Amino acid sequence: MPEVVATTPGLYPLPDWAKDDLADLKGHQRSDLIRGDEGGEIAAAYDRAREEVLQTQQSAGLDRIVEGQLRWDDMLAHPLAVHDNVDTRGIVRYYDNNNFYREPVIAGELTPDGDVATELDAAAETVQGGLQAVLPGPYSLADLATDEHYGDDAALLDGVAEFLAGETDAFPDIETLYLLEPSLVAEPPENGAEERASEAIDAVASAVDADVVVHTYWGALEEKVHAYLLDADIDAVGYDLVSDHEQTLYNVNEYGTKDDVSLGLVDGQNTLVETPAEIRERIEWFLGETTNDFGTVYATPNTELFYLPVNKFESKLESLAEAATEEVTA
Amino acid sequence: MSDTREQFRPDDHDNEHFLLTTVVGSYPKPKWHDRARELFEDDGADFDEEEWEESKDDASRLITDEHERAGLDVVTDGEMRRNEMVEFFAKRIDGYEFNGRVKVWGHNYFDKPSVVDEVDYGESWLVEEYEFTSDVADAPVKVPITGPYTLASWSFNEVYDSEEELAYALADLVNEEIEALVDAGARYIQIDEPALATTPDDHAIVGEALERIAEDVPEDVRLGLHVCYGDYSRIYPEILDFPVEEFDLELANGDFEQIDVFKEPEFTKDLAMGVVDIHTREVESVAQIKENIKKGLEVVPPERLTVSPDCGVKLLPREVAYEKMANLVEAAREVEADLDDGTIDVPARE
Repeated sequence: MPEVVATTPGLYPLPDWAKDDLADLKGHQRSDLIRGDEGGEIAAAYDRAREEVLQTQQSAGLDRIVEGQLRWDDMLAHPLAVHDNVDTRGIVRYYDNNNFYREPVIAGELTPDGDVATELDAAAETVQGGLQAVLPGPYSLADLATDEHYGDDAALLDGVAEFLAGETDAFPDIETLYLLEPSLVAEPPENGAEERASEAIDAVASAVDADVVVHTYWGALEEKVHAYLLDADIDAVGYDLVSDHEQTLYNVNEYGTKDDVSLGLVDGQNTLVETPAEIRERIEWFLGETTNDFGTVYATPNTELFYLPVNKFESKLESLAEAATEEVTA
Repeated sequence: MSDTREQFRPDDHDNEHFLLTTVVGSYPKPKWHDRARELFEDDGADFDEEEWEESKDDASRLITDEHERAGLDVVTDGEMRRNEMVEFFAKRIDGYEFNGRVKVWGHNYFDKPSVVDEVDYGESWLVEEYEFTSDVADAPVKVPITGPYTLASWSFNEVYDSEEELAYALADLVNEEIEALVDAGARYIQIDEPALATTPDDHAIVGEALERIAEDVPEDVRLGLHVCYGDYSRIYPEILDFPVEEFDLELANGDFEQIDVFKEPEFTKDLAMGVVDIHTREVESVAQIKENIKKGLEVVPPERLTVSPDCGVKLLPREVAYEKMANLVEAAREVEADLDDGTIDVPARE
């Protein structure tokens, strides 16, 4: 039987007090968003909020603990938005959601700047084991950006992958890295770019001494994209069973998958809280419908979690953790 | 479709041409009004329902006046009685529950409700707001109302099989409310469907929901649809089939890059064009806004052009919001005069 590991793709909602405090400290406008050089009361508020979400995960009993990415005003575009060689312009829609981020315009080379590593260092002070890093995957990050430096899609993707790989060099010891790649589903690579996307992911994954999960969501991967993704040297692919379990199952049975798997089982965008029994049923369904001999099943929400109000977010973490404590039979 | 626009031309309008100036709806709340809400919501404070009602009346009167002072042809009360565009309605509809705020962007949040039971018309939504505003206003009053698709889409749906089903159930309630508003005298109703920009592939659902709403609305009532910033090419030209007379679109944010979308095929409705950006505190000059208005004339002739901000201005500082509106009106009047003089072209006529 596989080991079930309860985790999340990160990007948590800010605790309600932090929503208020940070709005007061930073402001509501585009120009007030995070720059990466914050200090004083703003940094202190983020530190306190981080402690709180670390505690929330530990109390819930999750097997992997994420930093929470509470500073990521621009969601997955964050590592670019705070970069010195990236300008931010108007706010643009974040995939097909009622959420917006500043359009990051890459104006110079993406040299690693340690922004995400600093967050992880802070988390590592509190988290004894099971620390999980979260980064946008290179394909999605390139997809969210506007390029005025690299010149073409291939060079941009290489540049972004090199940047992310460089970022991971400064990471503290981590157990797992989640690379979030919603763009592989939402804006899939085509016309030969499938292989390039896979190679970029491979470049980031190879730089990290930890298990790497490439988590995809908002639907199932196109067959070709999925097939190429499996060429990357990663430990698991994450599948969104909430949005499209049938096509996902087809992909896995038709093309196989890695030895471990990450399953998006809990709806990160709906307040209806799944019970631990329902979550287990979904895991058992997947294991029953596939013939793979999985080592680890990561049980996770399908999407980032900042879409949820805090009470439901916390309930979902508890359900997930509880679902992972019981023996899975399939 | 009948011409519902002339009824809004002010009696003392100086120019031959008439570019209808209006707002999308929301306006920054006076600080004392926010304070009053805090006191009202604070159980420990000595501030009762009656005092809260008075605060709403005062704010509504003040902002209606402020709109008139800016010179707008059609005004609102800046939605002083409403806290937020989904929450306000969800609080009045049976079947909704609230769990807390969620992020929209940066540190802007909203209390996104959950549908936990079948929706039903609870208490009255906007009739009181309309009656009060039209009572204190000399100018005609527009009523913005959140559309059913957005009410569905910006809720967590725990009950209905699909968002579409929820949207149609809510459309029947919106229809009921609009009927009440029309009975109360409202002649300009703007349905806000910002969620359509979020999920443009759902335009057919919005169209069907609008059919349910527009049914039985009298001919002299002007129905508009506001759709916020998004990739408009994904909903155009399909939206031309919607049973509304006017589309209010966000074009200044994005520097009018999307204006060409509406040129081909021909734009057959009235265009209410956003000519000032609501995401920046910088106040556009009259000259700059005039240039923006002229871009609208590439799509429709002046008799079908309405001029408004991109979206609700409530997140701006109040003085900035006011200056943007005042400049918008001044720019519109200057463009009208230029049109009267024949000194500017109307590419849309060519």
